[in-house]
Amino acid sequence: MNEEKNIKLWSVLGMRASFGLIALELIAKNPDLIITTSDVSTSAGLDRYKQKYPDNYIDVGIAEQNLIGISAGLSSEGFKVISTTFAPFQTLRCCEQIKVNLGYMQNKICMVGLASGLVLGNLGFTHCSIEDIGVLRSIPNIAIVVPSDPFELFKLLEEAINYKSSVYIRLTAGANTSIINSTNYNFKIGKAVEIIKGEEVAIIGCGNILGNCLEASKALMKKGINPSVINMHSIKPIDEQKILQVAKHNKLILTVEEHNIIGGLGTAVAEVLSKHNCNCKLEKLGINDFYAKGGSYSYLQDIYGLSVEKIIKKVLLNIKNEK
Amino acid sequence: MKINNLKNFAKKIRKNIIFTAYKAGAKSAHIGGALSSADLVAVLYSGIMTFAKSKTKIDDNRDRFILSKGHACLALYSALVEKNFLKKKDLESFEADGSDLLGHPIINKIKGIEFSTGSLGMGLSLAVGVSIAAKKKKKHFKTFVILGDGECNEGSIWESVMSAAHFKLDNLIIIVDRNNYQQTGSNSQIMDLKNLKQKFTSFGCDTHEIDGHDIKTIYNCLKLRNKKNQPKVIIANTIKGKGFKLFENNNNWHHSVITKTIYKEILKDL
Repeated sequence: MNEEKNIKLWSVLGMRASFGLIALELIAKNPDLIITTSDVSTSAGLDRYKQKYPDNYIDVGIAEQNLIGISAGLSSEGFKVISTTFAPFQTLRCCEQIKVNLGYMQNKICMVGLASGLVLGNLGFTHCSIEDIGVLRSIPNIAIVVPSDPFELFKLLEEAINYKSSVYIRLTAGANTSIINSTNYNFKIGKAVEIIKGEEVAIIGCGNILGNCLEASKALMKKGINPSVINMHSIKPIDEQKILQVAKHNKLILTVEEHNIIGGLGTAVAEVLSKHNCNCKLEKLGINDFYAKGGSYSYLQDIYGLSVEKIIKKVLLNIKNEK
Repeated sequence: MKINNLKNFAKKIRKNIIFTAYKAGAKSAHIGGALSSADLVAVLYSGIMTFAKSKTKIDDNRDRFILSKGHACLALYSALVEKNFLKKKDLESFEADGSDLLGHPIINKIKGIEFSTGSLGMGLSLAVGVSIAAKKKKKHFKTFVILGDGECNEGSIWESVMSAAHFKLDNLIIIVDRNNYQQTGSNSQIMDLKNLKQKFTSFGCDTHEIDGHDIKTIYNCLKLRNKKNQPKVIIANTIKGKGFKLFENNNNWHHSVITKTIYKEILKDL
């Protein structure tokens, strides 16, 4: 299939530029698609789309509350709508508009949050987004999906614009993303993907940080530890079945996310474990509820314990304590 | 159009408003702001909008009405009764447990309610989206929005006004119910709006200022075609609580309870 050829190119381009390319494919199949933005066409890789399909592109200016309202209005008149801007402004800036227009009224749009997580750490925490999942998760009728790489974004977008509710798509990492999915696979919102089947330890991650998880698992294998690696791309709805299965067959679950450990993937997994009285240890790796001094992506990953080395260390420490 | 018919419609709306508020009893109701917008709503539903009940489906071509100041919902519900979208009896379920008719409108297209509103500052953005959609689909319906003047404190209103002018929405009509009061005081005390007409004009709208209780003036102003490529704004100068001496310009009736005694007394004003 064509997309598999694109995997390498997309990973070089990163999520944002790939989004722009994927948009060109989406519009070809969905003439009733409108993409709305808040003055970020270039950042979202949409310049070609904007030139080629001016009637299917609406820039509302730097006004995110209006972005959601206009998008909901278009959706209520039968258009398929994707709104996009940087993650903090796509979510928290217009949070109540999302609640009322998309959650409460159930107007359906697909929101794409650009450069979420820590990738814009050099710009400071105004531009990082470590709260978006937690805030949106508390609003009914909104699915939250964190694609692990551009190929998954491609699969996700096709499903998301026809999904039964609004969807928040959280894009992480910059250019040269890790390739998480190198061959074709089945993707479905709400269904986790087991990338590596191991034993005793399971690493559950979402977003491009899964690249670090995969590297860590390879290193651990050399030390005789074989962790499973699970791509829990959908935070809401979450794949309860998979979590229960993992809990049953492992002693330790490690969740890894570029998000505050309050309210994100780890919390969602913990809720499932406690609901079903699972007796499995859970370690949540993520932003430990503080704003660090800003810096590069790798610097912040290290600070927050999300680097390959820190993930390995965490697993080893837990296993040592176990023994 | 017979102006008297419009006046009668307005009278029925006022009657329904106080009836509903009275039936709501201790639950109380937003009265002042519903009454200030009653004449505007009446003219829209009885003389301006294409908005007829269809038994089988939602009419895709009906004009869209968005009550951005959702707390004035009694005016909307009252009009929908007169247009046969609701039954008079439904008004007695106002704010009741599990009711469709709460203290702020809930989206219900079959019953004539286009969107859920009530969180202030959001209705005009929706209207901009709907108006853009109408243009893209080459549909001829118009979109009418009523904003509160207090609501214009919200920054999001000005985001949406800016965009309405930018997108040249000459199928959009924005009416400001300028009753000079908001929840806890007058506009000038709480947040002075200064010259609203100037503000809307400078944002690029074709702005008119009228007496918001003069039925003929309202009708004529609404009937006027939008200038090409411009949204039309009507600043309607109104009186909060209009129609009942006890309520007029008395902000205690922003949200309050109509007792049996008061109900009997004010009925005389009709």
